[in-house]
Amino acid sequence: MSAPLTRIAAAEDGVPAARPGSGRTGRWLRRAGRHRVALTLAFLLILPWIAPYQALAVTILVLGLYALGFNLLFGYTGLLSFGHAAFLGGGAYGCGIAIVRYGLHPVLALVAGTLLATLIAAAMGVLAIRTRGIYFAMTTLALSMCVYYGFYQAESFTGGENGLRGINVPSLTLPGLRLSLLDPIVKYYAVLAVVGLAVWLFSRLLSSPFGAALEAIRENESRAQACGYDVRRMKLVAFVLSGALCGLAGALQAIHLSIVPIETMHYSTSGQAVMMALLGGMGTFFGPFVGAATFALLQDGLATLTSHWQLFVGAIFIAFVLFLPLGIWGEVLARLRRAGW
Amino acid sequence: MVSAAPLAVPAAPPILAAQGLGKRFGHFRALSGVTVDFSEGGITAIIGPNGAGKSTFFNLISGAFPPSEGRVLFRGQDITGRPPHHFARMGIAKSFQITNLFPHLSVRENVRVAAQARRVRFAFFRDRAAYPELTERAEALLAEVGLGDRMDRLARELAHGEQRALEIAVALAAEPTLLLLDEPTAGMSPEETRDMMDLVQRLAETRTLILVEHKMKLVMGLCRRLVVLHQGELLAEGSPDDIRAHPEVRRVYLGTRA
Repeated sequence: MSAPLTRIAAAEDGVPAARPGSGRTGRWLRRAGRHRVALTLAFLLILPWIAPYQALAVTILVLGLYALGFNLLFGYTGLLSFGHAAFLGGGAYGCGIAIVRYGLHPVLALVAGTLLATLIAAAMGVLAIRTRGIYFAMTTLALSMCVYYGFYQAESFTGGENGLRGINVPSLTLPGLRLSLLDPIVKYYAVLAVVGLAVWLFSRLLSSPFGAALEAIRENESRAQACGYDVRRMKLVAFVLSGALCGLAGALQAIHLSIVPIETMHYSTSGQAVMMALLGGMGTFFGPFVGAATFALLQDGLATLTSHWQLFVGAIFIAFVLFLPLGIWGEVLARLRRAGW
Repeated sequence: MVSAAPLAVPAAPPILAAQGLGKRFGHFRALSGVTVDFSEGGITAIIGPNGAGKSTFFNLISGAFPPSEGRVLFRGQDITGRPPHHFARMGIAKSFQITNLFPHLSVRENVRVAAQARRVRFAFFRDRAAYPELTERAEALLAEVGLGDRMDRLARELAHGEQRALEIAVALAAEPTLLLLDEPTAGMSPEETRDMMDLVQRLAETRTLILVEHKMKLVMGLCRRLVVLHQGELLAEGSPDDIRAHPEVRRVYLGTRA
């Protein structure tokens, strides 16, 4: 059976998290669900004007995409991976190396980073998908640390311990367009164009027959198999797609930060994805962005107060798991649903 | 082995055949050397007291796990050890003894996603609503099993009897020619049991049904053939009359009351 954590969304009070197939949703929530891409984009469009500062908005955007990709596997397929740092890092290194070592155009570098992450996900997925539950989580953790050490050792390519430096993309030249990425607002909307495309594709994926099959696998794996679904193959495809989305997030992060710290691939970064997905609300469409914003704001706010900020983030995270298992967005949806929306 | 009732013998291979089927769990022999042919059409019931190996036999012929020995043939083709999803794609569907649904999906989606498994699996971009025939099929099946007014509920919200009916609809969605039912009336009230048996009879009009049941009375009037298991071995098979008259069956299963 799937990992116990994946059952958190189905809280004991009988209110399931937002799910496309669920039958209790009122008229307004259903209407909002149909326009989930537009509503998400509307929020992201105004985000830089409500965030404390604009660079933080870019961070939220990138982390949101990372949590979104993770949520495809965690919230929608029911697989808890502790190895997604390998995909974020793979995407970041792929993109960074393409720019620093080969001088590729940023757009092509994004593609290169995503491809590298996809390959890493395929290799890890083939091995990890044979296991289930806690073994799956441990296998992904171990494999991602193998990838970490691989990149750590390949110093001439990755910069090793110092990270990959000098990913300078001051401007973006597209046919008939020249954008200065030094302007944080321009940079934000350039990144949003990519994230928006990914969000749209993600939404299509969830609505597709394949997305329906993933939900079925999450709900009841053996039943899905008895219906005729090749569960292992579908899980592998979900794993690879999830890795690709996280890889794209990593590639954007490399351009955003102009450096890839080796910690990007560290398992604590995998933990971040779990945290953001749970803070926001697993298995909800908009939850990852709420989780990413919460995490980024907490980190940003606490880091200025204390060097032990992780301790406080951890404590808050535990409080969420205990008292608000649906996550912030999951709880909001559950309350609206109970109110008959 | 007792031979089958001398009905009209068809020339076609049996729809399902178990050949020397056996299963060990560690040192425990749950089933050994069971050879039975299931011919096309009608209802065959597998009966036997608790611990007779009925569920093990069911799981072997439905591909839930591979046998330790012997073979399973579907229309003459060896399907032993194939993964469960192959069984569904060949037209063998099963319902489970323990209710086994997609709890947080709507009743309609439970059946729709099952119907989808036979038609579209790896479609990533089109909306699932772009296949209205699947939704229509799901709704027709739900009406057939008597859940027409329950389609927007979540599966977990249904009463036990309703969940059993949904279970059947999910199995039917795979468009099976052979339907395997594991104790379809388990845990049901007498009234629900009667409804279920009516449903089973209707389903058998167009499909081959094999069902496991330990309430012998329930199936006697319903099925064409019975297979009796006892202590992991085949005790008898034949028409209901044969089984009623069978001395061994009377001794071990029906007791003195029969």
